[in-house]
Amino acid sequence: MTPSSTADRIVRVASGQGFWGDWLDAPRRQVEGGPVDYLMLDYLAEVTMSILQKQKERDPAMGYARDFLGAMESVLPAVTERGVKVIANAGGVNPLACAKAVLDVAQSRGASGKLRIGVVTGDDLLPRLDELIASGHPLTNMESGEPLSTVRDRVLSANAYIGSVPIVEALTRGANVVVTGRSTDTALTMAPLRYEFGWGATDWDKLAAGIIAGHIIECGAQCSGGNCLYDWRNIPDLANVGYPIVEVRADGTFVVTKHPKTGGRINIPSISEQLVYEMGDPHAYITPDVVADFTSIHLAADGADRVRVFGITGREATDKLKVSIAYRAGFKAVGTLVYAWPDALDKARLADRVLRERLDNMGLKFDELLTEFVGVSATHGPLTVQSGAAPEVQLRVGVRSSDRKSVERFTRELAPLVLNGPPSVTGFAGGRPKVEEIVAYWPALVDKAVVQTNVEVLS
Amino acid sequence: MKVRLLDIAHARSGDKGDTANVGVIALKPDWFPLLSEQLTLERVRRHFAGVITGDVERFELPNLHALNFLLHGALGGGGTLSLKTDAQGKVFSTAMLRMVLDVPDDRARSLGLPAAPAA
Repeated sequence: MTPSSTADRIVRVASGQGFWGDWLDAPRRQVEGGPVDYLMLDYLAEVTMSILQKQKERDPAMGYARDFLGAMESVLPAVTERGVKVIANAGGVNPLACAKAVLDVAQSRGASGKLRIGVVTGDDLLPRLDELIASGHPLTNMESGEPLSTVRDRVLSANAYIGSVPIVEALTRGANVVVTGRSTDTALTMAPLRYEFGWGATDWDKLAAGIIAGHIIECGAQCSGGNCLYDWRNIPDLANVGYPIVEVRADGTFVVTKHPKTGGRINIPSISEQLVYEMGDPHAYITPDVVADFTSIHLAADGADRVRVFGITGREATDKLKVSIAYRAGFKAVGTLVYAWPDALDKARLADRVLRERLDNMGLKFDELLTEFVGVSATHGPLTVQSGAAPEVQLRVGVRSSDRKSVERFTRELAPLVLNGPPSVTGFAGGRPKVEEIVAYWPALVDKAVVQTNVEVLS
Repeated sequence: MKVRLLDIAHARSGDKGDTANVGVIALKPDWFPLLSEQLTLERVRRHFAGVITGDVERFELPNLHALNFLLHGALGGGGTLSLKTDAQGKVFSTAMLRMVLDVPDDRARSLGLPAAPAA
């Protein structure tokens, strides 16, 4: 009997990183806190690829999430001695360089020869953009409906979101670490399940279950007590929060849990909050492998910090892949000043009027100029209900323009207000606001058939 | 009876481009039918009038005792283009929960809903 035919068999996938910049301790805690089979690390957000592309332009050996090297160093004993496997989209726009850097780390720790790193490439469409546009793939913006040709000369990166297939292939070829570029966040969890249980390409319900397991744990502790509104005052020991683990069976049912003696909380409300996070149409959560139906998900309490998830259905995937394109879209700067009691809001309002009049008098050109009063209405705008005078207010002004000079001039106009504007002002110690180049996101679709993924196994 | 949405539901929000999504979840499964009746497309459009520039879409997830709303034109261009403090729509969740509902007294009593504190 093969292990995959055992209905009782459980595969444990642990989430150790929900985004680039997440808690550095989490990966190590996940492999040391109890049994896990796979460690899943998600590093890529929408704009991350363009940041990495800029780094690669400066140095061809860069362009991946450098945090991953520290994470690998911290989990190396678990990988080489206990057989924990790592799946990460840390490769960014340079998965091969990332894999080589991991091998260097292993060598410096005397663990060379014990790693087999699967490298998934083929998601990078930047070198092929003109060919694609010329051959009838307009890469139309899914929100604005404009063809990519309108911003073609400003494109920094273009990557197709790829699914589980190449990760499964890397595992089949014996990889114990898999590094990808722009894999979907959910594929990082679903692929090892598909590999372990031998789920087929048309096992829609099981594939959908794997995707939803991935959605629940892809944001790290956001399903285990982090950013949880439900009963937030009573969530225990967030300082020691446990990142989530899915315990999955061959039939696609699973339990979400965390290691014993960790903080945070996993219950039906914490899982429900994560399930609705960044949700579109719940009937059609589209991925490269399957379309999952979030209205089929059933949750049941299964003991302390355990939620059972079952009943999930899915259907055939579409013939498109989503493409994440980043392009230069002008400049912005945001500056702040703090006004104190009495009449803090009135002083901040007057300062804003003075500032706007001066910007106007100089004839500066902005596509947008936004004023917020932090402490009063910055988060909920007109929905805010005033309850007495604010004891202090932060004036926060942002500008955006295709003209860099206008944005630069704006950054010189806040400090003078401290001495030549309304009184009782402070909080300018940070200095002039920084001018930032905007790298904007252009979501598009492309035919699946034009994207060919490749797998290489390094050791 | 006036009932604060904050007292009968919890919520989480996120972004997709210039659209914020708000998932609203009943604090008790028994309260979901009321939530579903009260949080109509019209009611939510009215709540966010002047806050967002686009339309609202509404989806039901009875399995999670939840509703999902898409608020278009909510994020000042969205992502890196936005100048807003809440460029990623993280706190539209509690903006939704500011809503105060009118529930017939007997219905509110039979469901055990907490009354809104006197203003």
